[in-house]
Parts: sequence; structure tokens; C-alpha cells
Amino acid sequence: MANGSKKEKKNNIATFFSALGNDCKKIGLTFKEGDIRTKLSFIIMGLGPILRGQILVGLALMLSEVIFIWYMTGFGWTYLSKITTLGTVATHKVKRKTVYGDNSFLILLFGVLSIFAVIAIIALWRLNVEENRREELTLKAGKKLPTNLETFGSLFDKNFDKTLLFLPVTGIFLFTLLPIVFMIFIAFTNYDYNHQAPANLFTWVGLQNFKELVSFGSEGLGPTFFKVLAWTLVWAFLATFIDYFLGLAVAILINKKGIRFKKLWRTILVMTIAVPQFVSLLYVAKMFANDGIINGFLKRVGLIQSAIPFWSNPMLARVTIVVVNIWIGIPYLMLIATGLLMNIPEDLYESARIDGASAWQMFKSITLPYMLFVTGPFLLTQFTGNLNNFGVIYLLSGGGPGTMSYAGNAGTTDLLVTWLYKMTVNDSNYRMAAVIGIMVFIVTAIFALGVYGLLPSVKDEEGFQ
Amino acid sequence: MIKTGYKSKQRIGNFFAYIFLILISIIWLFPFVGIVLQSFRSFATESGGMESYIIPHQFSLDNYKFLFSGETNFLLWYKNTVIIAFFVAALQTIVILCVSYALSRMRFAGRTLLMKSWLILGLFPGFLTMICLYFLLKQFGLTQAGAIPGLILVSVASSGMGYYVCKGYFDTIPKALDEAARIDGASRARIFFTMTIPMSKPIIIYTALVAFMAPWNDYIFASYVAFGHDKSYNVAVAMFRWVKTNDYQGYFTRFCAGGVLIAIPVTLLFMFLQKYYVEGVTGGAVKG
Repeated sequence: MANGSKKEKKNNIATFFSALGNDCKKIGLTFKEGDIRTKLSFIIMGLGPILRGQILVGLALMLSEVIFIWYMTGFGWTYLSKITTLGTVATHKVKRKTVYGDNSFLILLFGVLSIFAVIAIIALWRLNVEENRREELTLKAGKKLPTNLETFGSLFDKNFDKTLLFLPVTGIFLFTLLPIVFMIFIAFTNYDYNHQAPANLFTWVGLQNFKELVSFGSEGLGPTFFKVLAWTLVWAFLATFIDYFLGLAVAILINKKGIRFKKLWRTILVMTIAVPQFVSLLYVAKMFANDGIINGFLKRVGLIQSAIPFWSNPMLARVTIVVVNIWIGIPYLMLIATGLLMNIPEDLYESARIDGASAWQMFKSITLPYMLFVTGPFLLTQFTGNLNNFGVIYLLSGGGPGTMSYAGNAGTTDLLVTWLYKMTVNDSNYRMAAVIGIMVFIVTAIFALGVYGLLPSVKDEEGFQ
Repeated sequence: MIKTGYKSKQRIGNFFAYIFLILISIIWLFPFVGIVLQSFRSFATESGGMESYIIPHQFSLDNYKFLFSGETNFLLWYKNTVIIAFFVAALQTIVILCVSYALSRMRFAGRTLLMKSWLILGLFPGFLTMICLYFLLKQFGLTQAGAIPGLILVSVASSGMGYYVCKGYFDTIPKALDEAARIDGASRARIFFTMTIPMSKPIIIYTALVAFMAPWNDYIFASYVAFGHDKSYNVAVAMFRWVKTNDYQGYFTRFCAGGVLIAIPVTLLFMFLQKYYVEGVTGGAVKG
């Protein structure tokens, strides 16, 4: 198996290089066989198409080259050239005036943007060469090139995908891809409270932050990290499966023959989805507080003397969070399960009943296998969602209670994501936040991509039909 | 004989089922009843803090009066949230429809690469990039005073990645319909606007509903972007302080009143459109 994948990898690399070689050959051929318009297009992108009357295509290509040159000379290059050091001139004071030096943050941000710009212009340049080749070959074959109007019209027909995707892809590039790549780079720098731009410089430190995260020395976050990671996994597991089975049970109960007011019960449960969690969860958090309604009531009727420390005892806080999460989780499951339960053919149950199967047996061998099979991918998304379930933890316990044995201001109910948040907002420890973010990604990816392929409904799509 | 046995067994079973359902209904509704009742507790004659009883001794509108009195910017915060929610719902729906149609109906170079890379990007935690987004928005002047357009921009810009449910729905619309229209000479754009969109009412409502509800909960990024600028807060950011800072004792019932005012429109909207929500969620869950 391992051998096989290695071979495949080698093949991948081989195909990549042969594709690259073919590409170069094609580009060379285009240049050699091309007329003067094509040759000029190698330097001035889009000139060839414009001279051949393909004004729209040509102008778009030319414009992108102009923008690229304008960006790089006016802006990008100054940042890109400093990316290896992230700036050397610190902000300092000359007499009483502050002289701003290099801003490491902007150097990295625009440096990354410039790298993307270079990649984009190379891709566009290749397109430009291909376009020239295609036009020449078309003309040589004695065919006509499409008119500009036709080219424009194709944006709403053959090339409608480009029109549709242009803005969304740009948005995702600027506000998701670029920031993520930037933050991955931050994980390899010393950008933290003591190195904040623009007052101070920060610079590359290699793998030091990753070592700090897993080291068990006095400076290391290792003990805390592994405890937080363990709780994150335990929480995701409990939250997913407890909610799943209880939700399923409630759905079956409401679906049961002879139960009336089905719609009423469902509506009551669905209230937790309808009311913004920000309102309901904050209120529930206060219900369980030391001076909250639950403790207050229990004290008043004399069941307890002192308040139950729902949020200040680590173990109790964890249990409370899991329990409150049931309150949120059951309705979702109930909604999904209700629809699916109706899909199970009634005669399956009928024949089981004739065979004398008990309700439990029917559940075990008909309902549950079917549900698990159908909702496999959903369970997985629930699980990865719970790994990153920021809202519930943050609104209920805020990650607390804190403890002396945890470093880095982590609390005992903190998930990796809430810890990441605390590091960013409270401690300005961006470098460690970035490292934890990468860890969250790795953990999520292991489950989302690794387990996904093993799911029965993915492996065997026809299984339950 | 056997039949009556089965029937009576079922009756007993149903009896316990009802008891159980009534019990969980009480548990499920308790916090909501609590919020509503406590929001009516008199601030003047009782207290604004947390007490060990739920039914106020004296019903009054003190807390609501406070919210509307102009002592705080509550109405402005409310307006901000409504504006964000409307714009996000409208724009996000448009983006998702466009992306879903392109991915469901058209085959183009880089399609699978695009979908795979978006899937990978989606596995990164959203809060990771908070500081970077903040600086990006700051470059455009969209933080603090400009936080509201900034928040709309950020939520709309990345929304294309949430195409799964909608694409799943488009995939179920038979391709033969598209092909027939294309043979008749309709362009892709025409098919999209005059055929696919009118047929997708449930999924459009679902997408818009989910998008509309999210901004009411947005505390984290909103508080980061609007930091320190009271006038650009949304309700979540503003009211979070009332329960989490130290003087929450005096503001607890006010929080409840605000919570009721936030929850009523959102809950009503959700209840009206529940059918579409269930359809979307179930469809999304099964297709994964």
C-alpha cells in the first residue's frame, strides 16, 4: 500500500514535469512559427489579438499586464524585496519625532500578495501565448475569428461560468485564501505582543513556535496543548454522538404511531434553533451561575446549602456544557431524522413485527443501521463542526474555569479554537495563535478527509437501495 | 386476544411517551419563558440583577422603556444589525446561487481543483485570520466607524464556499431541461435566470434565511472590527457587555428585554419559513 502510493507520487511528479516540458515546447513552437504580432505579444501581452481585431481579449490581457507592472513598481516590489528579513529598519526616534521604519506586517501581507500576483501573471502570460497560437492557427486554416460581440456574448453562454465565478473567486482569494496563507507564514515568525507592527519589527524564526507548542519544558506549552487537544476531541465525540442518539430517540418517539400533536412537539423543540443562540445561550449560562436561578431555587427550597459551582469546577463545567449542548443539538437531529425515518419502508417493520421482533430489536437492526448509513457524512460534518464549536463554549463558559496547571491563559473547557481566539484577542500572541490554527486544521483535516473515505455510504453508494 | 394485548401495550407506551414529551417540552421552553418573564420585572421597585425567582413580583415595562429611552444606543445597534442582516442575506444568496449554478451545470478547466481547494480552505478555523482581515479592512477604512460595510463585505466575500446545499439542490434539477432549452437557442444566462432560479424557490429561501440569522449572533468578529466604536456595534456586541462585564447585576433584566426584542422577529421569521429550513438541512445532511 505504502509502496503503491509512493509510486503514484513519483508518477505524479513525472507527469508534472513532462507536462511542463510540453508546455515549454509549445511556447517555443509558438514563438518560432509565429508572425511578428505573436512575437511582440511575448513582451506586450494582448498585442497580437488586438492587431488581429480581437480587441476585447487583447485589451483584457494588456490591462492585466499594465496593472501588474503598476502594482509591482509602485508598491509590490518594495515589500516583496524585504520579505526575507521582514524589514530591518526599526521605528525609532530622531530627537522628539518618531520616524517610522519598516512595517513587518505589511511587508509580509503585501509580499504574499505580490507572490500571488507573480503566479497570476505567469498564468495569464501562458494564456496569452495560447490565445495567439490559436488565433494564428485559425487564420491559417482559413477560418474566421469570432467577432468582439460574439466574444462578449459568450460570457453569458459558453463562458457563463467565468462571469458567475469572477466575483466569488476574487472575494474568496482576498478574504480567505490570502489571509490564511498570511497566517500560515505568521506561524514561522515571532509576531507577538513584544513584536507588534509598526512600533517593532518581527522576523522569521523557523520552527521555533511549533517546538514551543509541543515542548514539555518550563517555557513550553506542551502540557497545556495536549490537555486542550484531548478535551477538544472528547468534547467533539460526546457532543456529536450523545446528541445524535438522543435526537434520534426523540424523533422516533414523536414519529411513533398514535402520538398526537406531532407538529406541536416539533415546534417546541425547534425554538432553540429559531432563537438566536447569543440570547438563549447567554441566558442559560446565567441560569447555571452561582447566583443564577437554578442555584437560587435549590437553595431556597433547602436542597443545597452553598451554590453548586457549575462554571467554576472544571469537571462540572465540562459536564454542564455537554448537557446544555444536548438542549441545542437534539432539535437539529430531530428535524433531520424525522424526514429520513419516513423513508424507511413500512413493510420492513411490518414483517419484523410478524416475526415477533420487539421494538428494541427493530430499532437495532432496521432503524439504526439505515440511519447510520444515510447520515454518515452528516455525522462527520457534525463532528468536525463540534471540534470547532466556538459559539457554545464561548457563550457558556468562555473557556473557563482557569487553572494554575494550564499555561498560555487556557481554561479547562477551552477548545483549540477558543484558545486560539484568546491568544489573538487577549494576549496578542499571534504567532502561537497561528500555530494552533494550523493544528486545528490538521486535526479537522484528519477527520474530514481521512475518515470520509472510510464511510460506508461513500465507499458503497448503492449499499442501501 | 393478541391484538388487544398489543393495543393496550401500545396505549401504555404512548402514555409514557406523552409524559416524556411534556417533560422535555418544559425543559426546552424553560429558558425562553424565563427570559420573557424576567424582562418584565420592575427595575425600579425590584432589581435589575439575577434573583432566585422567575415570576416577577411586579410586572412593569421598565426595562423596555430603558431600551427605547435613548440612554443607550440600543435602537442604533438594532438598526445596524438589521442592515447587516438584510445585506448579507441578499448578497450572500446571490453569490451562492451563482457559484452553485456554475459548479453544478458547467464543466470548465479547474472545476475540481477549485472545489477541492475550497474544501481545504474551509477546514481552517475562521478566527485564525481575524487579525489579517482586520488589517485588510483597515486599509480600506472599513473598521471602527466603517465597521458595518466592513462586516457585510467580509461575510459576503467568503460566502461562495458555502455552496454545498444549494449545488446539491441544483444537481437534482434534471439536466435534460437545460439541454432542451439550449436546443431551443437559450443561452446559459437565460436558462439560469428564467428557468433555474424560478425553480429554486425553496433553496433560495433556505439560503437567505440562514444568512439572515447569522449576523444576529455575530459577536466575535463584529466586536473585533468595531472595537471601541459604540455607534458601529451590533446588538450582540453591545449587549454582551451587559451580561459579561462586572455590573451585569444591574443590567440582567435589561439584557432579557433586549433579548426578547431580538428574538421575536428572528423567531417569527424562522417559524414561518421552517418548512424550507427543514428541507435545506435534511437535503444537505444526506448529501453530506
